[in-house]
Amino acid sequence: MGRERIEAAFARAKGENRAALVTYLMAGDPGLEESYAAMCALRDNGADIIELGAPFTDPMADGPAIQRAGLRALANGTKLPDVLVLAARFRKDDQTTPLILMGYANPIHSMGYEEFARAAADAGIDGTIIVDLPPEEDAGLRAIYGKLGLSVIRLATPTTDETRAAKVADGASGFIYFVAVTGVTGAGSADPAAIAGKVAMVRSVSGLPVCVGFGVKTGAQAAEMAKIADGVVVGSAFVEKAQDAHETGKFETAAPAMGELAGELRRALAGVPKA
Amino acid sequence: MDLRNTWDQWPDANGRFGEFGGRYVAETLMPLILDLEREYRAAKQDPAFKAEMDDLWAHYVGRPSPLYFAERLTEHFGGAKIYFKRDELNHTGAHKINNCLGQVLLARRMGKKRIIAETGAGQHGVATATICARFGLDCVVFMGETDVERQKPNVFRMRLLGAKIIPVSSGTGTLKDAMNEALRDWVTNVDDTFYCIGTAAGPHPYPEMVRDFQSIIGKEARAQILEREGRLPDAVMACIGGGSNAIGLFHPFIEDEGVRLIGVEAAGHGIETGEHAAALNGGKPGILHGNRTYLLQTDDGQIIDAHSISAGLDYPGIGPEHAFLRDAGRAEYLSCTDKEALDAFQLCARLEGIIPALEPSHAVARVGEVAKELGKDGLLILNMCGRGDKDVFSVAKALGVDV
Repeated sequence: MGRERIEAAFARAKGENRAALVTYLMAGDPGLEESYAAMCALRDNGADIIELGAPFTDPMADGPAIQRAGLRALANGTKLPDVLVLAARFRKDDQTTPLILMGYANPIHSMGYEEFARAAADAGIDGTIIVDLPPEEDAGLRAIYGKLGLSVIRLATPTTDETRAAKVADGASGFIYFVAVTGVTGAGSADPAAIAGKVAMVRSVSGLPVCVGFGVKTGAQAAEMAKIADGVVVGSAFVEKAQDAHETGKFETAAPAMGELAGELRRALAGVPKA
Repeated sequence: MDLRNTWDQWPDANGRFGEFGGRYVAETLMPLILDLEREYRAAKQDPAFKAEMDDLWAHYVGRPSPLYFAERLTEHFGGAKIYFKRDELNHTGAHKINNCLGQVLLARRMGKKRIIAETGAGQHGVATATICARFGLDCVVFMGETDVERQKPNVFRMRLLGAKIIPVSSGTGTLKDAMNEALRDWVTNVDDTFYCIGTAAGPHPYPEMVRDFQSIIGKEARAQILEREGRLPDAVMACIGGGSNAIGLFHPFIEDEGVRLIGVEAAGHGIETGEHAAALNGGKPGILHGNRTYLLQTDDGQIIDAHSISAGLDYPGIGPEHAFLRDAGRAEYLSCTDKEALDAFQLCARLEGIIPALEPSHAVARVGEVAKELGKDGLLILNMCGRGDKDVFSVAKALGVDV
């Protein structure tokens, strides 16, 4: 399915005259079983797209919350093939919700681009966001993805000008992930007014839906961001729910807490008609 | 393929040395490193930039550093004549300042007011803080909290020089985490900040730029040995962490095919133990900190912490040009354990009256074998890239001596 599944998700949200809700969780945090439950809870409470984080020891673009989540996932033995098994398990009963794998290049490079891409497609992953693989470096992966129908999802940021946006858009599909703040995940909060122009420019240059993330944690913030974006990405706030579950030792509380937050965010988005 | 004309053409336009190097950074940083590359190209062409650097090299850093015939060490091993390139005599006691000076001058040219750097042992941090003090720039140094604890004198030095030290507790609190944190800071402060990377690694153009600034070592050494001996050496040797002092020595000899280029990695407790910092001898290619290079990593592509008694070599990666030179067969890479480095540290102190840093002690540990292999008619240069003052306490501790 790949990119068509992503396109269908945006079409559904657009049909309902709202922005799409994109939710992130770290696979294997607090455990793989809990991650599966969380994915179901996110979907059941209105997540349109699920980003599945693949843990890495050195996540240079992430703030403390996602750094710690990755280290917890690694500490309980989560490896890239486990993340793919988790995706496949979810995909068995859900042919609709797009799954995006998000992570860093080295574990994928270590597995081998070709082997990874085939395994990801087989597992029902629809696209990937690889933080440290800018357009200059993803040609190898892109060629294989093209054959498999997987989406290369790229990032745009406040430092992206029009020339750069064209570079980012070239070869990208699914959507563009607009990083709302210059900074790491979970830090600060973005002012929608400050980035509205950039988001519109990226949408116009790429012809793709633009989802805005980084620093969006609450329903109110999501609703504000929804005014200028085709989708809103929330990550660290979900990861913090997994952290709470880990700290209290009650792992089973992670999925319901994440589901509850997804519900809150989705209700907030429903109240904001698309421009 | 005519290799004679190919060694010094790297990196290519994409920042690649063969299949190594590149620009593996988050999108936020892409416009910054592309801008840096443009500015660096312009500076490289500008005689005024070179003139300012030459002046400070001569009068502030103390260049050229001497080329010294290590007579007693040569006698001791009974092989080739051993010369030391004395970069430990530079201001701040190591080769690091060659690069810091170049990068900070570039930062000034670009109008950046805030310099950030990562440091392990603190040598690059001290050198960066020194140049920032000289030019009145804000300096922020990221240092793993483990290193802050064990390198207190350098932490105090940096503070005296006006730098702000940020202890890094994320990850494992070592050099690689300090580098992660510096990259996170740079992503956050994109407008006014210049990231001064301490070794010939990271995203393009850093490996090339740091190599170029450090190449002053090899350029001087080449001219000095020609003057002293009337011929090129048979081998040049240097220790390798990220590899900036080594590439600085090697590069001006890279087209001289008769000159062997020999790097010495830190084998820690022994490569077979898994506790080492020998990325070339004990790692495999991967992607970290902006470049594709050899890395210490698990089968699943997670980065493994390095180990070395020398904090300056304690890094799980290596500059991409070394990865290229090794795979292409142009350079050789040996290794040396903590224990061998400690023995060499003492040997050099007793025979030459030079207390080397633990980093070049790794090269000293292998120089005897190479000297014997080359024989009495041979000639070699070893880069004495840092002095050992900073290491006396950790060496005393390792030897069981209470200072």
